[in-house]
Amino acid sequence: MAMDVAEITRLLKEGLPDAEIHIEDLRGDGDHYAAYVASKSFEGLSRVKQHQMVYAALQGKMGTELHALALQTSVPEAT
Amino acid sequence: MNDNPVFERIKTEINESPVTLFMKGTPMFPQCGFSSAVVQALTMMGVKFKGIDVLADADIRDGVKQFSQWPTIPQLYVKGEFVGGCDIIREMYESGELQKVFDENGIEYGEVQQ
Repeated sequence: MAMDVAEITRLLKEGLPDAEIHIEDLRGDGDHYAAYVASKSFEGLSRVKQHQMVYAALQGKMGTELHALALQTSVPEAT
Repeated sequence: MNDNPVFERIKTEINESPVTLFMKGTPMFPQCGFSSAVVQALTMMGVKFKGIDVLADADIRDGVKQFSQWPTIPQLYVKGEFVGGCDIIREMYESGELQKVFDENGIEYGEVQQ
C-alpha cells in the first residue's frame, strides 16, 4: 500500500493548518518519503511531541499505509 | 490504555537496562535500515545498550507502539524514558544532544568518533 504526496499533504494541512510542508518522494516509489514540517504549534514542544502531532495528523496511517516517512519538524522563524 | 499486559513487560525491559532499543533484528544483524542507523549511532558512541528484536515478538511489536504513542520501530529508551525514533536519534546524535542525554543520565560512552 502506498500514499501519494497530495494525500499526505492534505492530511497534514488538515491537522496542522498553519504548517509549511515540504515532501520528497525519496525513491519515486510512492512508499518512501521525507517530510519537512514547520508549524507554530510546535513551539516549546519536544521533538517527540512535535513528531507525535504529525503522526496524529496522519490519522494512524504512519506505520501502516505509510511505510517510511523520514520526518523533520521545526518552528518557523519569526518574520 | 494501561490494561495492556504487554506494557508491564515493556516497563520491565526499559527499567532493567539503562539504554534499550526496540528494533527490527538484532544489533549484530539489523533487519531494517532505520534500526541499523540507530545501532550505528550508538555503536559509534560506544554506548552499551540492549537490543530487543520486535520481529521475534508480535505482542511487543504492537505493544511498544501503543506504549509510547509512537507508530514506528526503532524506539530508543534511556532510563525508562522514550527518547525518539530513527530521525530524532540521528538528529540528536549529529547535534550532540544525544551525548547530553547520556551525560545527564550518567550513562557511560566511549570517545565520540567523527
